[in-house]
Amino acid sequence: MEKTSTNNSRRTFLKSSLLAGGGLMIHFSGLAKFALPSGSAETHLIQLTEINGYVKISADNMITLICPNPEFGQNVMTSLPMMVAEELDVDWKKVIVEMGPHDSVKLGGQFTGGSNSVRSYWRPLRMAGATARNMLMQAASQTWAVPIEEITSKAGILYHEKSGRKGTYGEFATKASAIPVPKDVKLKAVKDFNVIRTSQKNVEGTKIISGKPLFGLDYKHEGMLIAMIHHPPAFGMKLKSFDASAALKMPGIKNVFSLKLYEDGFEQAGFDVRSFNDLLVVVGKTTWEVMNARKKLLVEWMPAGDVIDTMGGRGGKRDVIVPGALENTTAQLQKMREFAKKPAQQLRKDGDPETAFKNAAQIIERTYDAPFLAHNCMEPMNFFAHVTDEKALLVGPLQAPGLAEPTLSKILNLPADKIEIQMTRMGGGFGRRAYTHYATEAALISKKVKAPVKLIYSREDDTTYGIYRPMYTATYRAALDSNKNLIAFHVKGGGIPEHAIHANRFPAGAVDNYLAEGWAIPSNITIGAFRAPRSNFNAAAEQSFLDELAEAMGKDPIDFRLELLKRAKENPVGKNNEYDADRYAGVLKLVREKSGWTGAGDKKFSRGVAAYFCHNSYAAHVVDMTMRDGEPYVERVFSAVDCGIVINPDAASNMVQGAVIDGIGNSLYGGLTHKNGVVEENNFHKYRIIRMHEAPKTVDVSFVQNDIDPTGLGEPPFPPVFGAVANALYKVHGRRFYQQPFLLSKPDGPSV
Amino acid sequence: MITLNINKKNYKLDADPNTPLLWVLRDNIGLVGTKYGCGVAQCGACVVHLDGEAVRSCVTKISRAQGKKVVTIEGLSASNNHPLQKAWLELDVSQCGYCQAGQIMSAAVLLRENKSPTSQDIDDAMAGNICRCGTYLRIKEAIQLAAKESSSDK
Repeated sequence: MEKTSTNNSRRTFLKSSLLAGGGLMIHFSGLAKFALPSGSAETHLIQLTEINGYVKISADNMITLICPNPEFGQNVMTSLPMMVAEELDVDWKKVIVEMGPHDSVKLGGQFTGGSNSVRSYWRPLRMAGATARNMLMQAASQTWAVPIEEITSKAGILYHEKSGRKGTYGEFATKASAIPVPKDVKLKAVKDFNVIRTSQKNVEGTKIISGKPLFGLDYKHEGMLIAMIHHPPAFGMKLKSFDASAALKMPGIKNVFSLKLYEDGFEQAGFDVRSFNDLLVVVGKTTWEVMNARKKLLVEWMPAGDVIDTMGGRGGKRDVIVPGALENTTAQLQKMREFAKKPAQQLRKDGDPETAFKNAAQIIERTYDAPFLAHNCMEPMNFFAHVTDEKALLVGPLQAPGLAEPTLSKILNLPADKIEIQMTRMGGGFGRRAYTHYATEAALISKKVKAPVKLIYSREDDTTYGIYRPMYTATYRAALDSNKNLIAFHVKGGGIPEHAIHANRFPAGAVDNYLAEGWAIPSNITIGAFRAPRSNFNAAAEQSFLDELAEAMGKDPIDFRLELLKRAKENPVGKNNEYDADRYAGVLKLVREKSGWTGAGDKKFSRGVAAYFCHNSYAAHVVDMTMRDGEPYVERVFSAVDCGIVINPDAASNMVQGAVIDGIGNSLYGGLTHKNGVVEENNFHKYRIIRMHEAPKTVDVSFVQNDIDPTGLGEPPFPPVFGAVANALYKVHGRRFYQQPFLLSKPDGPSV
Repeated sequence: MITLNINKKNYKLDADPNTPLLWVLRDNIGLVGTKYGCGVAQCGACVVHLDGEAVRSCVTKISRAQGKKVVTIEGLSASNNHPLQKAWLELDVSQCGYCQAGQIMSAAVLLRENKSPTSQDIDDAMAGNICRCGTYLRIKEAIQLAAKESSSDK
């Protein structure tokens, strides 16, 4: 990995050599080789002293901060070290940022997902900065023989005003590293922040725009071979036999073999999702040669039949039957309709919804559907592995090295301390790269061919061998009394192979009689987290339904939601309501103000509004839509977000803008269908991704200003976009849209 | 043997003439700034310049590049100072960053041929480049900024 200077013009590139340090405490010195500014061939060896896992300082006061969490575009490589810098008291412009290796002892959970990076590291990283600063001050206090209380710091320099002495952090780094880590260090008050809450540029910005090797696919290693897998063409199929003779004759080809991912009875942890257990592997010198040879494989596939997965993890060890049937999208929808009529699991019940519905003057019932979605990360899945009998080096894009390591350890039969995982920058993640079967595959391939290997998925592999957003449906019912008051609310949701219902979220807590139920249909189509899992469907369905409900009640959709939230705040129904009604109302009020919401559309636009709470944050959008060339076009969006303290405001706005565009694209165009188990959309010519001319002209982002500890931002702005788009579509077309993707949706029936 | 001129340097290669330029750049020459996204000319992550024209290197055979000048993101400017690169940094466009080299290479051809592109011109020129993170607003703004900076330089 290269190190990154926060100062883009400085062009300081460091080659790291992260030597293992001793436990939580210090006293190691790493040697880092680094080249001076452009043109200079000279390299210097500099000595870095590790104060703690996140802070390293050289004698000449070069401050290196370590980012613990993998980067996939959410900008943690900038925002997390900013939190350390804040408390360490260093000049951000001179700081160097480096991606850490996988090291759960020194660097914590290292999990990129669940919009949890900033939230989970908020205290640990500030403490790391504050304790490091305190240790440096203690070192100065000892050296200068003055009380520590008399020492102050500013931008990486320590001062003793009385004696006029000063010294850089670098001068005291070695001494500081031997001082025990203090436990009771005070953190700064929010009002004193001068790094957090300032807009700082992406620390890897220059490398990105100049094409430097950053991503897993860019990784190179001496003697490295290229591998590709060949997987069954359909979910529910498996390998029967193969003839590799023609493929083996192709130029550059080293080996062709079949690979078993998990041995029978292997206890899969939650993220060990497997789509196919038997794969063919082609190994060769270059990507193009391997791609060509793969076309020469003669393969016979056969139905896999029902397969048993042995699951471990939180639910305890259990066998799960994966049905073997080859699935079709129309049949999937039909099956969902049948299951929706059956009794389901009760998830929450308040009051007496049955009686309320019986006594209702009016019942409104609507059903919403959404398709499987592929993540479509721009960088296809890939991983490098060099496995020997003694140890393993694994390098590549992954969201959760800590989840990958135990699996690799079991599969390779190597202790965890013999497995080194390095995280590359990821070309997108969206949840997909939490499921690292591709790293396991790379490791097994390297072990088999006894060579360093980079496994590369083609785009088609990536799309058709996915861990998808599930297919969902939900039926919402509302009971109104004769005065058009909402007296009961019922949601019954299902899906393949899980339902999406969050039973304790809004409007739970705001309605006296409430019932939430869920059901699921087992499937062989593998699913997993996709940007705001489950919420990304709920926000579409529930927020559309609330819009329709408001209309039926003769109320403004924002006023209606605010009334419900007022009820939830003043006299909440039931227990375990997950959301804070005030903060939820806050984003609605803010977006109402910023968008100039009057309840009606203006001359030019049809407007839709939606709000949602997930991952501990709140987001609301107003979407302004027009018709353009016969297609609905979202021209302008207003977004309001409450995620507590915003670490890096401009980058945060960028992420919200991206979430809005992602939401518009997926709600209008996104969807994956199956025919006899085959994924029909295997590349971008069939899987429509939103493009520049389809993106809004403006996305106006506002954050609620408060001093609440920061919560998630990568996911929360995404789900409510779906609902806002649906509600604007109604205003444009005069009819409601119940099936995603909306642009394929016909008024009279399912269409996915 | 095929000789390719890439970023003003000549490379002699022993490769199948049908090999896409993308894979020769990445695997044989080691210039990995040009990205693989789809392999079927749909996403624009692999855009390079061939005699000044934007081409998708994933479907451009090296036989077609022979005798022509290839410029990749690594050769776009001497010190990352192309107006587009500067604008990209100024507006902090990138999220994951994977598609951005291709975006910049497409935009560079647009700006060379059209010094002050309208919003519609930019939409038309950039329709072949996907950004899955959705940084389109900033990409467009950066192209407009670069156009402005370029014209005020003169």
